[in-house]
Amino acid sequence: MSDRIDVLKTYKMYIGGNFPRTESGRYYKVYNEDEELLANACRATRKDFRNAMVAARGAFSGWSERSAYNKGQILYRIAEMMESRREQFIKELGPLGFSNQEAHADVDASIDRLVYYAGWTDKIQQVFGSINPVASSHFNFSLMDPTGVVAAFAPEHSPLLGLVSVIAPIIAGGNTCVVLASEVHPLPSITFAEVLNSSDVPGGVVNILTGLKEELTEHFSSHMDVNAVFYSDNLSNDMRMMIDENASNNLKRVIRRPVKDWYDEESKSPYFITDFMETKTTWHPIGY
Amino acid sequence: MSESETKEETYKATSPNSKLEFASFWDYAPAPESDDHVEIREKYDLFIGGKFVKPSKGRYFSTTNPATGESICEIAEATQKDVDKAVKAARKAFKGEWSDISPKERGKYIFRIARMIQERAREFAVLESKDGGKPIRESRDVDIPLAAAHFFYYAGWADKLEYAFPGKTPEPVGVCGQIIPWNFPLLMLAWKIAPALACGNTVVLKPAETTSLTALKFAELIKDAGLPDGVVNIVTGAGQTGAEIVNHKDIDKIAFTGSTQVGKIIQKSLAGTDTRYSLELGGKGAMLIFEDAPVDQAVEGIINAIFFNQGHVCCAGSRLLVQEGIAEEVIRKLKDRMETLIVGDPLDKNTDVGAINSQQQFDTIKEYLEIGEDEGAEIYQPQCSIPEKGYFIPPTLLTNVAQSNRVVQEEIFGPVLTIQTFRTADEGIEKANNTPYGLAGGIWTDKGSKIFKVGSKMRSGVVWSNTYNKFDPTSPFGGYKESGVGREGGLQGLYAYVNLK
Repeated sequence: MSDRIDVLKTYKMYIGGNFPRTESGRYYKVYNEDEELLANACRATRKDFRNAMVAARGAFSGWSERSAYNKGQILYRIAEMMESRREQFIKELGPLGFSNQEAHADVDASIDRLVYYAGWTDKIQQVFGSINPVASSHFNFSLMDPTGVVAAFAPEHSPLLGLVSVIAPIIAGGNTCVVLASEVHPLPSITFAEVLNSSDVPGGVVNILTGLKEELTEHFSSHMDVNAVFYSDNLSNDMRMMIDENASNNLKRVIRRPVKDWYDEESKSPYFITDFMETKTTWHPIGY
Repeated sequence: MSESETKEETYKATSPNSKLEFASFWDYAPAPESDDHVEIREKYDLFIGGKFVKPSKGRYFSTTNPATGESICEIAEATQKDVDKAVKAARKAFKGEWSDISPKERGKYIFRIARMIQERAREFAVLESKDGGKPIRESRDVDIPLAAAHFFYYAGWADKLEYAFPGKTPEPVGVCGQIIPWNFPLLMLAWKIAPALACGNTVVLKPAETTSLTALKFAELIKDAGLPDGVVNIVTGAGQTGAEIVNHKDIDKIAFTGSTQVGKIIQKSLAGTDTRYSLELGGKGAMLIFEDAPVDQAVEGIINAIFFNQGHVCCAGSRLLVQEGIAEEVIRKLKDRMETLIVGDPLDKNTDVGAINSQQQFDTIKEYLEIGEDEGAEIYQPQCSIPEKGYFIPPTLLTNVAQSNRVVQEEIFGPVLTIQTFRTADEGIEKANNTPYGLAGGIWTDKGSKIFKVGSKMRSGVVWSNTYNKFDPTSPFGGYKESGVGREGGLQGLYAYVNLK
């Protein structure tokens, strides 16, 4: 009796800093390349999404009011935590079809991406804000301010780097989010949630659901407390139509940035942060 | 006149109820701006491809002077065929002459437009007041100078665009469909056309059906400026014409300023398409006045915030939130100040509050006053005189209102101010943010640190502190939440008119 039985991981979701199962008790099976069962993933419902929205809204004012420096520190801390768990991620990417080399590259790129956005938190304002030389006797400046709660679809075919590349700019700008993980490869998202949970990101800032895109898209795009919807895959026309139409009910910002290759230099940009920000202009009279 | 004689004169206030002493011993004699040198044709056609052309269906509608209810002239109604013709002209110009022009030369055309507006400023101001009902003082001192300033500001961007987008190369979007409202006709035109041209786009613009005159004058000016044919096209008409623009397949970008309701329809119409859009929509601006505020200046600012342009301002400060300790004083002073406001002929230089833009808007405001009354609001209006003809509504305060009241939540777009109180800053901010809108807000306090803290918590695109309703071309403007998507003005306003590579 030398062979030890592995302790398998139960993959749950990440809502409000906790790891609950779906309230529905529903699940879907996740297989590896060889059609072997890897895990039972939670199949989130509308109720789970609503719970996640409550958590995200609740976390918004606290997160958005953190200093740019502190947000940067926390994003960098996520990178640190990921670095310390790199073997785990590499191991988990293997069964999803990543070669050892590819898995290494993916984890490296994910960590570097977090560091990239960590460095932007305190520069966005300087690069994209402005002091406006108005003709009247006023001091007038424009600052970048987060849009609010973002409902985001992580890309299907880049389960780790894609996910990180979607979440990091949203939170770097001070928003909170509810993210639907890759449907075919949901597992790295939960491991990433464990990283978030141990890296000083306040509960509720990032919420990650697993489930069926077909089923959840309507809820993601129609919830009246969502301020912006983001997707980076080339969605079907029907899906786009549904998201855009639902968004128009309360003028959600719809941000569509199809990305073919998440390793590409073009897939990281400060404009990914400003996509989720509003410009606020403040006027004050000048005088004695 | 000796001093003793002066003292014997009886003091005449501007209104029988006025408690304010302006050290004025004279009445305001009428001071109407003359409109004799403003040429208005009997009939205006569409401006397409550099020429005035008749509408394909031959339909015209009348534009009226809201201060008298009288018709001014006839304006063409553009139908689908006309819009299509305008888009084709814009596309041809975009692919041809306009894209061949160097950015530097493009800028010079826009500078030229700015200068020509300045030269003809008086004519534009008179027309704006006559057609739209706004006081000549505002069209003369605010609308027209700002419109010229926008062209001047954006002209200079034409050959400097790479500086606006760090790390990116901006390219023009293409043909822009632009739909503007009736509250600031020429200024909104400038907000739309100036940045579009600076970035190398061509445009099809539709002014509001009640206020097309200055846009048509502007079309004359475009001809005079020698702009290549088709770069700017102006099609007139009502909502249907606007819908033809929004739904046109060969338009690359829609820019709309108007109501939130129509903004939502536009966003929905563009669902599933690659057409870009920017929307400047409604608002329900809140002003927080704190106990430490300089009350007299604040009252003056509040008067400007809500009664400027008859309250036909999307960012109007239509909700006043007063800290409890000074509520009574602020309301009393507001009422006193309101008694001095002169409501009447928009062309009179003494007029503070002009005519409501249209019968339709007049009815809407009336309806809201009834709703407010039904909801239990107390209505205060000064005893000012009001012209017998035309659409006029006296400046109005609504007190005893609750956050959930429709008059507090919905945009009235008229000279109507609701007043609520708050105790703590947090409560005030909570109330200020508690509508679906997020366009503008104001803070009145003597404490700089409070301005920064409160301002940072206000969920609105513009925060005016110790001032209100100020605009400038260098300054981005636009809303959070249901007040719209995107910004206009400033370098941030260029973003809507470029694709970044």
